[in-house]
Amino acid sequence: MTTTAPTRTAPVKMIRSQPARAPHGARPNVAGGILSGLWFVIVAIPLYWIVITSVRTQQGFFGDHPLVPPSNPTLDNYRLVLENDFWRYLLNSAVVTVSAVLIIVVVGYLCAYTIVRAPGPRTRRVFNVLLLGLAIPLQATIIPIYLMIVKAGLYDNLLAIILPSVTFALPITVLILVNFLRDIPGPLFEAMRIDGASEWQTMLRLAVPLSRPAIVTVAIYDGLNVWNGFLFPLILTQSPETRVLPLALTSYQGMFTINVPAVIAAVVLSSLPILALYVFGRRQLLAGMTAGFGK
Amino acid sequence: MTAHSERGAGPVRRSGPSVLLTLPALVFFATFAIVPLGAAVWLSFTEWSGLGDPTWVGLDNWRALLTTHDTGHALWLTVQLMVLTWAVQTPVSILLGVFLAGRQRYREILAVVYFVPLLLSSAAIAIAFRNLLDPNFGLFAGPGLAWLNQNWLGDPDRVFVTVAFIIAWQFIPFHTLLYQGGARQVPQSLYEAAAIDGAGRVRQFLAITLPQLRYTIVTSSTLMLVGALTYFDLIYILTQGGPGNATRILPLDMYLTGFTGNQMGLASAIAVVLVVLGMVLSLTISTASGFSRMESQLDGE
Repeated sequence: MTTTAPTRTAPVKMIRSQPARAPHGARPNVAGGILSGLWFVIVAIPLYWIVITSVRTQQGFFGDHPLVPPSNPTLDNYRLVLENDFWRYLLNSAVVTVSAVLIIVVVGYLCAYTIVRAPGPRTRRVFNVLLLGLAIPLQATIIPIYLMIVKAGLYDNLLAIILPSVTFALPITVLILVNFLRDIPGPLFEAMRIDGASEWQTMLRLAVPLSRPAIVTVAIYDGLNVWNGFLFPLILTQSPETRVLPLALTSYQGMFTINVPAVIAAVVLSSLPILALYVFGRRQLLAGMTAGFGK
Repeated sequence: MTAHSERGAGPVRRSGPSVLLTLPALVFFATFAIVPLGAAVWLSFTEWSGLGDPTWVGLDNWRALLTTHDTGHALWLTVQLMVLTWAVQTPVSILLGVFLAGRQRYREILAVVYFVPLLLSSAAIAIAFRNLLDPNFGLFAGPGLAWLNQNWLGDPDRVFVTVAFIIAWQFIPFHTLLYQGGARQVPQSLYEAAAIDGAGRVRQFLAITLPQLRYTIVTSSTLMLVGALTYFDLIYILTQGGPGNATRILPLDMYLTGFTGNQMGLASAIAVVLVVLGMVLSLTISTASGFSRMESQLDGE
């Protein structure tokens, strides 16, 4: 026991101590410091303005200095937004995002798994076709998609947002999953097969658990894109019953007009779910955002 | 046991999953990406108001695109925005990313704030900045900030730069994140060797960091340049393409022509132009960067 303990901890220590050092010499990085300070101001001031404006009274908004925190902060603006169908829009956004991500992950995983586990000219062609999709700007397809959705009777239905959103997330999803699945050693699969596992069992018991990090990554990346998506909801839905949050922000702006604190409170509320994710899983979230572009 | 020995006798059968499992993905992709692409080409030869059925008009839309419609202006604005946002975002993102690659505690705290814009939707950012830049009640309306209090979004001479700034505000964090990841992969030994040779910080940055980041630069630039063809949400909410046509870039021009002007045929022609531009740009960049990859392999990397 006493002899094994130090050998087990030593490599861990080495790995942790290396990156703790500053990458460049010991002299302070003045230029970097100035630029980063400047950028901090550029990022932080609008965020600060958003927060303090959202708790101002309307009179305070017209009278007070925009950068001085209000002397009598209020949550009335938030109440006003919440009373104006915010929960419905939040639910719509949640339904769209959760269903889209579920479909993307299942469909994308089946496709990626097949591309990796059944290599051949046919699956290679499938992969190449999907990769082509990376270069198609989503904007360019909205008019035909609008026509198709109207003809299919899906206009102003949440499905109308979900289906095209799934499609435009598939190429990057399959690419990330394929890259990850290819790194799983082949002998592991063969061992499962020798033990008599079917292809489904191999996928569900071996591949899926091993590729959990990649699945989480694509779920975060795709989920954020769908959650923040604006164009598909804009052209494919119309009524308040199917309104999602990004679209709701523009309708709040139209509804509250000069009640700017209420508009800004809506901006904050619509961002809260993602901000909460950021607080609890910052590393995971940031890793998910650069999904597939990291290397 | 018997089953085991039977299989053990021959080579393990490597059947793999059925190709049919790729079908769901292909159906989605064909329905909502390939078919719409073809349909956009077809619609560009029709006249359609958005209601009823499209009618064939031959080359009318394409003729209009080249003559009466102000395509050149939208295209020129798009190219300008592409170049401007790339030129602003790239140096700032590289410097910030390299700076944040350091593991000092205060830099990690800075990073927490830097990355917040990444979380906000374009709609949220646009609505916030629209109000923040309001000349009467916005951020700069307070005393002492008069020199900054311009009609940023209402003045045709200023709006373009303002939009580029807000785009940078939104996307620099993302590219900073890419460069931070890239800079952390640069082997520490290179810097140590350079320090022994007496290279200063600037020289280390130019001779080691930048060359080592070249793949990240290619990735980030591709995303920025091709992405510039798709800026829509932000500008749509901020300015609706105005004032006048001052920010009417191609994707916005397409949307406004189709869904506001009810000329879906002409808008489809613009969509086709967008697709071709996107493809050409992606291909050009990937070919160019493919060459640089080959060169670096010749260097023995």
